[in-house]
Amino acid sequence: MNRSPISETDLHAYVDNQLSSARRAEVEAFLAARPEEAARVAAYRRQNQQLQDLLDPVLDEAIPPHLQQPSRVAPRLNLRFAAVVTWVFVGGIVGSVAGGVVGWQLRGSPPMLAQMSSQMPRVTEPLGAQQATVGERLAWRAAVAHAVYSPDTRRPVEIGADQEDQLVAWLSKRLGVKLKPPSLKAQGYELIGGRLLPGSEGPVAQFMYHDAKGKRLTLYVSGERQDKQDTAFHFATEGPIGVFYWIDNGMGYAISAGSNKNELARVALAVYNQINPK
Amino acid sequence: MNLDAEIEACIPRLRRYARVLLGGQHASADDLVQDTLERAWRKIHFWRWGSDLRPWLFGIMHNLHVDQCRRGQIPTQSLDDLDFEASVAPSQDDMLIARNLQDALRHLPREQRTVVLLVAVEQLSYQDVARSLDIPLGTVMSRLSRGRARLRELMDDCPQTSGQTSGPISGPISGQTSPVAISMKIIK
Repeated sequence: MNRSPISETDLHAYVDNQLSSARRAEVEAFLAARPEEAARVAAYRRQNQQLQDLLDPVLDEAIPPHLQQPSRVAPRLNLRFAAVVTWVFVGGIVGSVAGGVVGWQLRGSPPMLAQMSSQMPRVTEPLGAQQATVGERLAWRAAVAHAVYSPDTRRPVEIGADQEDQLVAWLSKRLGVKLKPPSLKAQGYELIGGRLLPGSEGPVAQFMYHDAKGKRLTLYVSGERQDKQDTAFHFATEGPIGVFYWIDNGMGYAISAGSNKNELARVALAVYNQINPK
Repeated sequence: MNLDAEIEACIPRLRRYARVLLGGQHASADDLVQDTLERAWRKIHFWRWGSDLRPWLFGIMHNLHVDQCRRGQIPTQSLDDLDFEASVAPSQDDMLIARNLQDALRHLPREQRTVVLLVAVEQLSYQDVARSLDIPLGTVMSRLSRGRARLRELMDDCPQTSGQTSGPISGPISGQTSPVAISMKIIK
């Protein structure tokens, strides 16, 4: 039989149960013929056990309260997507100025948008619009859409949750994909309804939710297929708005709210899990 | 699944690892845990969605610790401070082993100690250890191999010989030399 020689790495992997069963059998055969190596392996196994015995009790200690909610105790949500501020909105053409610092311009913008622009962080890093990733642009558009529609008391949505079937059929048809607003009841949010919005190259959907206190949260779904690569979860803040966004199967998703990161992450995970049932 | 809860579930392990990194200084170890958790949230977008959080968090903690050592923020500690305070009441024999083991761990260079602990106690895969510490797999294996051999040696001739090499260092150390570097020098 042709076996590859047993290496030092194999012996450690044997100690740590990190070998395939076939390889494990080979190592055992090897050790059977070499008592000195077998003794060393046995000593290392004992070592593992003794180290665990020594250190496992730490796991049972009570966790000091200040460690339990570190991100709430010391919120430092300074993740910015500086690049995103460079995105062009409402047909405004952005001109690069010296150093590549780019501003953004609103043409015929409603007062709310103008007001919101003052809440946007300044460009901290000179970065051209073309350098913003698809995800960052998605997040920024979602944040803007949230800022525009979520304060609207009279008409926050075009179609209300009471006509959810209609909402679903309409948005699915316009986006060209089957859409269904996720249920966030378990997270304490109820669907208000949704609307259609212009994206950079086509229609996008916005679903709006609110919690018991009336705090609003929006889910922005973009089906524009423009060589989007799937991404991990990202978090960004834009002024007072936090956004969790990701791209999955060519669809862009962004959850926006004026909530803290923990809260948004909780909701984003629920949305993600409903879209990708395990 | 809830990211908040998942991260929180890692706290006991982070505390344990921090304590070993810092040689049993409980208060600074918890500070390191807190810094790690804060940085984790700030860098959550670097976490690959769905992957095991633990190696990622250990990696963050390791980097923070290395940074702190470099900046000389870690207060100098006595080499005798490495005390894990096992909270169980062990038998006479177990106590002796625990004492010897603590003693032996103390004499392991930090880089070997971290690898041995991540493998033996945290039971991470070798690949995860490599990723956590940002070192090649081959380096993980050589540190593990040397660390285990050294620990075995130390356990065999504990406690007589090991006691002589350690002298408590007191007072702050000026300059850039980290306490770990100094303790390593003494060990040699």
